[in-house]
Amino acid sequence: MKHLKYVVAGVALLAGMATAAQAGTLDDVKARGKLLCGVTTGLAGFGAPNDKGEWAGLDIDLCKGVAAAVFGDASKVEFKPLSAEQRFTALQSGEVDMLARNSTWTLKRDTELKLDFVTVNYYDGQGFMVHKDTGVKSALELKGATVCVQEGTTTEKNMGDFDKANGLGFEPVKFKENDQARAAYDEGRCDAYTTDASGLAGERTALKDPANNIILPEIISKEPLGPVVRHGDNQWGDVVRWTHYATLVAEEKGITQANLGEVIAANGADNASADPETQRMLGITGNLGEGMGLTITWAQDVIKAVGNYGEIFDRNIGPKTNIGLERGLNALWNKGGLQYAPPFN
Amino acid sequence: MALAKGAPESGAAADPVASQAVVFWRDERKRGILAQVVVIALLAGFFWFLLRNFLIKQELSGAPPLSLYFLQDVAGFQLSFSLIPLTLDSPIGRLIAAGALNTLLAAFFAGIIATFLGLIVGIARLSKNWLISRIAATYIEIIRNIPLLLQLVFWYGGVLTALPKPKDSISILEMVFLNIKGLFLPMPIFQEGVGWFFMSIAVCIGLAIAIARWARNRQMATGQQFPTVIVNTAVIILLPSFVFVMLHDPIGWEYPIKGAFNFKGGLTVQPEMTALIIGIGISTAAYVAEIVRAGINSVSHGQSEAAHALGLKSSWTLRLVVLPQALRVIIPPMISQYLNVVKNSTLAGFIGYADLFAVIGTSQNQTGRAVECVIILMVFYLTISLIISTVMNVYNKRAALVER
Repeated sequence: MKHLKYVVAGVALLAGMATAAQAGTLDDVKARGKLLCGVTTGLAGFGAPNDKGEWAGLDIDLCKGVAAAVFGDASKVEFKPLSAEQRFTALQSGEVDMLARNSTWTLKRDTELKLDFVTVNYYDGQGFMVHKDTGVKSALELKGATVCVQEGTTTEKNMGDFDKANGLGFEPVKFKENDQARAAYDEGRCDAYTTDASGLAGERTALKDPANNIILPEIISKEPLGPVVRHGDNQWGDVVRWTHYATLVAEEKGITQANLGEVIAANGADNASADPETQRMLGITGNLGEGMGLTITWAQDVIKAVGNYGEIFDRNIGPKTNIGLERGLNALWNKGGLQYAPPFN
Repeated sequence: MALAKGAPESGAAADPVASQAVVFWRDERKRGILAQVVVIALLAGFFWFLLRNFLIKQELSGAPPLSLYFLQDVAGFQLSFSLIPLTLDSPIGRLIAAGALNTLLAAFFAGIIATFLGLIVGIARLSKNWLISRIAATYIEIIRNIPLLLQLVFWYGGVLTALPKPKDSISILEMVFLNIKGLFLPMPIFQEGVGWFFMSIAVCIGLAIAIARWARNRQMATGQQFPTVIVNTAVIILLPSFVFVMLHDPIGWEYPIKGAFNFKGGLTVQPEMTALIIGIGISTAAYVAEIVRAGINSVSHGQSEAAHALGLKSSWTLRLVVLPQALRVIIPPMISQYLNVVKNSTLAGFIGYADLFAVIGTSQNQTGRAVECVIILMVFYLTISLIISTVMNVYNKRAALVER
């Protein structure tokens, strides 16, 4: 029986270890030396491996920005592709530090799932894509249509709400993965395919004949997509939130990856004509980073690594990419959009 | 042990043999008990660790305590196929039940295909005809060596590509339609008096069983044969037909009518379900075929030689002599195959069929009740598997009794 004592002690020790690793996420990330970022399994423009096999996209740049803010090095991030079903459980269980994975901010997710949506890095809405030869011009004409959709998303529920509100009687065909839903739509199994409008633009590029498919004008839902952290870890939430805001203010002030050095030079601490907010953000005066547990130059590091929000947008999903999305709601607040950052003060 | 029985209390010290009693770890019996205690303690400790870990995480994350009340909430999403009527206001529990029925439906038909196709291929594999036996062997080897998910995606893709677009639907007499969205059949609508028709069928089936039993007993007793098949077919077809005509069309038909996008009304057989049933059925049949072959091979060759010597023709030899004996060997591994059919049906979500696993996936995401949903899944599959094994084990016992 004396061996049993060690066994019991060992088991108790293991159980104790399970409780130990629950400190602040920022400290965990720093101790680990890299950020674990939960991303999509592949959505062109938002998070997908590019032709060199490197992850690229709007959400990916947010992960890189956070890594740059914490470490001053955007490469200290590991991307963990997660399906729609896995994502929240992976975050809750601590498998990843944050999600940047085109996830819609909803009340239930914010409260019941014990998660925190810290900001919105893309304002989206759900739309429908149909084959051009059906002649359908509006989503309200889709009465009794078969619709392909990915299972386990807000999309499914919005579709139900839209169906109910307009008495359309959709026949949904649901697939575990986006790819399969798209392929079934492409084959003609479904009359329409539905997901976030930004996703539709991305998915259309992967169809056999993109030109023969149109995205309908109706946007049937609000889909504020943003990064998610665990509920209750406010310091970590601040880091992620203000990383996004730094890219917004950079765009507002015209600070880009290319002219960062000049801006710093032009805004010296003793320069009377310098912009005070730019000085504070870039850490030339004061130390805003300290309150967040970051370095004084954190915002410089973010901009150096990924550029401002406008650059991020244009590089990944803008009109010149083959995704071809307009800024729309995602323009800065002073250009008619919704992207607005509180002051760096 | 006799020692303990003879002198329970004082005997041990007085007995010279017992006084040299070995230390307990040299006693094989006690050592065995100790080992078992240790293993049980380790296992208990392990599960305790898991449970504790879960409870701690649950509390830290601040997630609500486990409960099943969320099953009453309105789901707000639809299933593409369901045996029970669903609306957008149905509670989640009802959708999960519909998903469970979909799983059982697909597994049932896949199981039937697997059984009969497997039996045929297994027998063909043993055929003396070189070509037939080679075809069967090729089928078995190809199917067994390709992952099931790949086969399902293949069948689904194949089914979709082969079927015509909605505007080029294949139609039979404007009553049955086939296109990429499915097979649309007329649905029977039961009218008044249809009960008599079904009752007459039930009576005739009972009658047919009685005739078969009587004919068998008479043959056992007197050796006289009776044309059971012909007589029974006549009984089952003639009497109900007569009742049907007398009732003046007790069954009406609802035909599928073309709408803007889909056919409305009638019965729809989805391509997703078809692909799933065909895929799992054909895949499992390959394993069943090998089990059947092993079973038949296990029956001594002398048995069939003896049957031939008695003048039984080949088909009778197989049916009356070989298969009944082979069943003893076939049934136990078949249980595993039926369990596999049910468990493999969880791949349905990949080809768009709304099985339990897929419905639970959505529910989990809408409600955030991951732990409860996984528990429901495990309880369902465990229950179904245990029921299948119990039923098959009972059947196995009956088959085993044949053994002499």
